[in-house]
Amino acid sequence: MTVAVQKTPTPQRTGNEEPPTPARRAPTVSRSMIVAAILVVWLVLFAVLRGKQTLSLAAADLTDLHRWFNDVNDSIGANRNSNPLFLYFFNEIRLVIDTLVTFVQELISQPTAGRPVPQIGWLGVVGIVGYVSWAVGNWRVALLAVAGFTFLGLQGLWQESMDTLALTLSAVFVALLFALPLGVWAGLSDRFNRVVTPFLDFMQTMPTFVYLAPLTLFFLIGPASATIATAIYAAPPAIRITAHAIRSVPETTVEAADSMGATRRQALLKVLLPMSKRTVVMGVNQTIMAALAMVTIAALINAPGLGATVVQALQSLDVGTAFNAGLAIVVMAIVLDRVTTAASVRADTARGSDSPLLKWRRQLVVAGGVAAAVLVYLSHTYLWAAEFPGEGGTGSTIAKAATDVTTWAQDNLSGLTNAFRDVLTNGLLNPFQTLLTDSPWWLVGAALVALGTVLGGWRAGATSAVCVGLLIGTGVWSDAMTTLASTAVATVLVMLLGVVLGVWMGRSALVDRLLRPSLDAAQVMPPFVYLVPFLALFGATRFTAIVAAIVYAAPVAIKIIADGVRAVPGTTVEAAMSTGCNTWQIITKVQLPMSRGALTLATNQGLIYVLSMVVVGGLVGAGALGYDVVAGFSQGQLYGKGLAAGLAIVLLGVMFDRITQAAARRAGA
Amino acid sequence: MARHWRAGAAGLAVLGLTLTACGGAKVGDDSAAGSGSSGKCGTFNLAINPWVGYEANAAVLAYVAEHDLGCKVEQKDLKEEIAWQGFGTGEVDAVVENWGHDDLKKKYITDQKTAVEAGLTGNKGLIGWYVPPWLAKAHPDITDWKNLNKYASKFKTSESGGKGQLLDGDPSYVTNDEALVKNLKLDFKVVYAGSETALIQAYRNAEKNKQWVIGYFYEPQWFLSEVPLKKVSLPEYKEGCDADAEKVACDYPVYELDKIVSAKFAKSGSPAYDLVKNFTWTNEDQNTVAKYIAVDKMAPEAAAKKWVEANRDKVDAWIK
Repeated sequence: MTVAVQKTPTPQRTGNEEPPTPARRAPTVSRSMIVAAILVVWLVLFAVLRGKQTLSLAAADLTDLHRWFNDVNDSIGANRNSNPLFLYFFNEIRLVIDTLVTFVQELISQPTAGRPVPQIGWLGVVGIVGYVSWAVGNWRVALLAVAGFTFLGLQGLWQESMDTLALTLSAVFVALLFALPLGVWAGLSDRFNRVVTPFLDFMQTMPTFVYLAPLTLFFLIGPASATIATAIYAAPPAIRITAHAIRSVPETTVEAADSMGATRRQALLKVLLPMSKRTVVMGVNQTIMAALAMVTIAALINAPGLGATVVQALQSLDVGTAFNAGLAIVVMAIVLDRVTTAASVRADTARGSDSPLLKWRRQLVVAGGVAAAVLVYLSHTYLWAAEFPGEGGTGSTIAKAATDVTTWAQDNLSGLTNAFRDVLTNGLLNPFQTLLTDSPWWLVGAALVALGTVLGGWRAGATSAVCVGLLIGTGVWSDAMTTLASTAVATVLVMLLGVVLGVWMGRSALVDRLLRPSLDAAQVMPPFVYLVPFLALFGATRFTAIVAAIVYAAPVAIKIIADGVRAVPGTTVEAAMSTGCNTWQIITKVQLPMSRGALTLATNQGLIYVLSMVVVGGLVGAGALGYDVVAGFSQGQLYGKGLAAGLAIVLLGVMFDRITQAAARRAGA
Repeated sequence: MARHWRAGAAGLAVLGLTLTACGGAKVGDDSAAGSGSSGKCGTFNLAINPWVGYEANAAVLAYVAEHDLGCKVEQKDLKEEIAWQGFGTGEVDAVVENWGHDDLKKKYITDQKTAVEAGLTGNKGLIGWYVPPWLAKAHPDITDWKNLNKYASKFKTSESGGKGQLLDGDPSYVTNDEALVKNLKLDFKVVYAGSETALIQAYRNAEKNKQWVIGYFYEPQWFLSEVPLKKVSLPEYKEGCDADAEKVACDYPVYELDKIVSAKFAKSGSPAYDLVKNFTWTNEDQNTVAKYIAVDKMAPEAAAKKWVEANRDKVDAWIK
């Protein structure tokens, strides 16, 4: 559900680690000894106190807090037609956004008044996409974009894709309208940055299921709610990355501008913004990716498009159709990603180069614009250019192939996968979960705070204490501990994969080129698509949820670690080789220790990504917080409990984020 | 330079004109499009709750409303709770397969008065515990709840903590299973699969690979035409035996599935309302259409067309 949030900043963060000096080894060892001691004490007390004060709560039971949330929800629903806040505020927002989405939809996806087709047909859209990609990027991405969009038509999903595109564009537009100014502000003011960061964390970790139902309460069913849900989810990366971009403009440049007498406004408009343009475009890129990731979730409140196809196919367990639509989302994401990336690079390179074509650029741009306009006119006027020709045969071929592969895997692998599941569940997950859920709450809480303090310092310890306290307050402590166990196991597996594949990719450019597209696809493919095959392979169990989380979270960890390994200076590696180290020694003694910062960051991101899949896990047998959230979305009387469970997920996320980040700073310092 | 640019533009213009000349059918040539929906019916907002049986009801109703009454049907994919919310705001006109939901009825029909009942669908909803057919065949006595403890250890999984596993599905289902397990003193643990998809996949695997699975399921359901699950009999339902949720020790009642419409829609005089109100059919009818959609992978509209054409008499009774 979340898409690579930290993609751009990572190289900077991981690039400048220094080799650990022997002097610093001593405290590391003693720290791991303290950790071991804490664990031993915990185990001993667990053996004595097992099953007492576990704060468990049955599936249908509620606490006072949950009932209070329910009451608030009900009173909003009952008073929405008389409350001035609704009449003059929410309804107005809704009207504006509805108008925006409907306008874009009538332009490219939905028939408009009196016309059986939208204003711009497929040929026009492909023409515009190709032209814009070329104008902001280069001819190679333009070719990719044209091919990609044509492929969507061949899949038989043209209209669905355009609905998705319309919703994505509107949501990104709304998100950027707020995100860019806020990002600039956060980049200029440290205080505002500190204030806004917790809100951004909250927006990104709060499961979208939790706010879908309230959103329909505020903004009614329809495109406005779907757009706002998507915008809320997609805005944080743009805010963060814009702030980061403003901050990373070299101080000397700003000082130079100051010394020349530039006002604050001039410095911002003429120096800071132009110099951070490239990174800001990357922020836009991340926002688009996040918006596309919301497409399937928003389909649950009647957002039209590819998400609806995926969700409907899932009801009849039609893997092929779901995969076909999921693939369309991936293709659209790849096109939009490559085009915006090319645009961000162009911002830098265009100025310096003087290729012969550049002279002609202005003329070419105008000519291209005319050509695109002609295509738009044709697609507005003629049916053959408005409706995508053909029956979408490619789509049904893809759907059939996906079904065949899935059936084969289910028939031939399920014995193997079930054995694997049982070994890991019984050997690792169950004991760990028992330890967390059957220990008294105060023991687990104390252990978490102690571990936080040892690993991340006093500040992280204090944060853990607050989070533990609030977790108890949510009333879903026991479920939170069950979720914590699965999350921890998933993260361990993510890191194993991350280290193996990350090191491999970091050491070989060829492997990197081969693996990266699949990693991108794994991140963008809606999880709903692969749930059915996983259910067949692993059953409705916690383990299925863990596997789904790994598919989603491992790519981030792998990419970060690969970057970290690549950033190890070549001279250091050569020096190690000259002293006679073999490959294994170079990896374990040089490259991994030197990318320790990247490893901790990968753990951090891996954990956050795994947590964002908790709700999806609830759909396939993971129970606990994920189930609570889904139940809150489905049943009125469980609404409050679902909200509390959502908050618990956020608290777990904040706790781990603070601990791992503090630990990363220590490792890097 | 300017000459080049003019030449280019002229070239493009020529290209454009040529393309235009070879033309083809123009948008709007076929004036039939759009005129079909000009009856007095107007727009009919139909909620689509996420299960195939519901989709079957909705598909047939939408088809008839569109083709016989000339309505413009807006189908909206929504979960139950949210669909009911839409009654008050005019976003939803009808929910056409409702399972119980006394809490929602109280909230929206009794308290907020935004919704009204529109009669039964004719479908009988059975909820209960089901086992795959191979298991019922191999151990015929398993379909009596009294024998379940005998087999409990066979139903053990990695999720059930040493007891037998009773698999429950989507959180929006009506379920007393935790109380039932406790009050019938069964050595089972309720495990929540979390979605209907997960539940169906579990039964599908179980039948294919001869695995031991027992869980919650319901009829009418398209999946039963693929794998005819066998119902386990629980202590007989008697009026009021499920009054106290904590103490339930009896089977689920037979649900008379019904239709709910918004109060506004009921008063609107729209022919679509009369259609919804008169609509009734049998479990077999619904299973037929649901099978067209889920197993034969027909589009809902095509499935509805096929059924309507074969059952014209029933349809005519709804719109007489």
